[in-house]
Amino acid sequence: MDYNLMREFADSWGLVAMALFFVGAVAFAFRPGSRGQADEAARIPLKDD
Amino acid sequence: MKFGTEIVALGLFAFAALVAAGFGVDEPFRQHMWVLFIVLVGFTAVLLRNTSFARAAAVDPSAYMDGPIRYGAIATIFWGVVGMLVGVIIALQLAYPDLNIQPWLNFGRLRPLHTSAVVFAFGGNALLCTSLYVVQRTSRARLFGGGLAWFVFWGYQLFIVMAATGYLLGITESREYAEPEWYVDIWLTIVWVAYLILFLGTILKRKEPHIYVANWFYLSFIVTIAMLHVVNNLSMPASFLGSKSYSAFSGVQDALTQWWYGHNAVGFFLTAGFLGMMYYFVPKQANRPIYSYRLSIIHFWALIFLYIWAGPHHLHYTALPDWAQTLGMVFSIMLWMPSWGGMINGLMTLSGAWDKLRTDPIIRMMVMAIAFYGMSTFEGPMMSIKTVNSLSHYTDWTIGHVHSGALGWVGMISFGAIYYMVPKLWNRERLYSLRLVTWHFWLATLGIVVYAAVMWVSGIMQGLMWREYDEQGFLVYSFAETVAAMHPYYVMRAIGGAMYLSGALIMAWNVTMTILGHQREEEPMPGSVPALQPAE
Repeated sequence: MDYNLMREFADSWGLVAMALFFVGAVAFAFRPGSRGQADEAARIPLKDD
Repeated sequence: MKFGTEIVALGLFAFAALVAAGFGVDEPFRQHMWVLFIVLVGFTAVLLRNTSFARAAAVDPSAYMDGPIRYGAIATIFWGVVGMLVGVIIALQLAYPDLNIQPWLNFGRLRPLHTSAVVFAFGGNALLCTSLYVVQRTSRARLFGGGLAWFVFWGYQLFIVMAATGYLLGITESREYAEPEWYVDIWLTIVWVAYLILFLGTILKRKEPHIYVANWFYLSFIVTIAMLHVVNNLSMPASFLGSKSYSAFSGVQDALTQWWYGHNAVGFFLTAGFLGMMYYFVPKQANRPIYSYRLSIIHFWALIFLYIWAGPHHLHYTALPDWAQTLGMVFSIMLWMPSWGGMINGLMTLSGAWDKLRTDPIIRMMVMAIAFYGMSTFEGPMMSIKTVNSLSHYTDWTIGHVHSGALGWVGMISFGAIYYMVPKLWNRERLYSLRLVTWHFWLATLGIVVYAAVMWVSGIMQGLMWREYDEQGFLVYSFAETVAAMHPYYVMRAIGGAMYLSGALIMAWNVTMTILGHQREEEPMPGSVPALQPAE
């Protein structure tokens, strides 16, 4: 595994995988029905001292 | 027996230090091992004096473990004052070179002492104690691992002492923000893995089903720093009883590894960790949930995915391949989005409660921190653009930028968190004085403004003087002329830093009096008590 192989992997499949993961994370955060859960999660620090 | 294992282990560790002091192959290493020996023997003596053979009281497994957090809060303030004091001293050394006391207290040795003391000792202790405070309260679980938290706390203090004394003895790897030599690096690795186990273990035994976003930021900070620290410090010691080691990388690879580490120390230590602080303490102090929880999730993932690529912008116009420089620049500019998303999220948490800015100086401090987060993360990407960088690089502008982030964002959010935590940790009704918090706020804010503005003027002037050619193509100014031109700004910078330091001293006084249980008799903050209406 030399430098060029790693470089090619990084700017092709590596890049695609990370971009897809990021898009997936954003889509998951905004999926339908997430608002209620998010509002509940936001109240976690306020429930306790 | 209380502390039985600890006393034996420390005694053996101290003996090993003594042996290393005897057999060390170079003088600085032997001196450093003497320092280690004295510290360890002192610590063992303290434990021996506090030991007892009584049966230990049973621990309530549902109660939070706040002892190490109390120590951490005090350590944060102590190292903060030390680090800022050294900062003022080196600022004065730049203005008045006669203040360089050779060899231990010259600028070259004190400068890494300043950066490490404020970043790792002050900032590190602030992150350590707030992360343990937040993870327990948002997981509703006691810290994992019994006494592990104490090992992490004291182990980290030992790292700080060894790093700081090493610099003064002239021991350095010359890697920015990673100057400690190989044996101190190994010790930090051990402590850091223990910290990871402590934090992760607490999350795993949580009673709250959801992991609150502040813990995501803290966890990413702990994991990433472990990775950065190990890779950047891959090196081979010249002797296992000596203070010199050589990096596993050479040339431009070494430079890139260093700045991959260096910039992500900014990104994951000074940003992600302190964002964890923001996402817990701002909602708590304002008593309102974060403006948008979903935005905070986007903020997290965007920050994680972008920051790690930004390092090459420290190596513009060097031997680093051009594509890597451009990559670093592009990712730095993309960082505008998560940074400003996070800033908006923090500030908008106060929407509908802006009156607190007038009545609550702690909220004011946190809001100023978030404002500086926004400003310095706007300035940074701008400076990473190659054409801007050709003017700003190697000048005081960079120093000004770093300090607007460090004093403005990191310092202010930590002060806010300390002011919030201390009365709660020691079961005090309130702080000793809110008026003193206001004094701290204004001294710190004005200090930063003086510092940053002076460094802009000085840095841009310096950059312009360096690149000034006459019509025949000769440089107009010699280097010494640029240094002479900067003298007045160096004096003003020391004044700005001294203002910031005096604010921190006021905080130390205020917190000490709070811990001792005093309350200053003073007028309440205007507007905090509803004005009485005259009877009709």
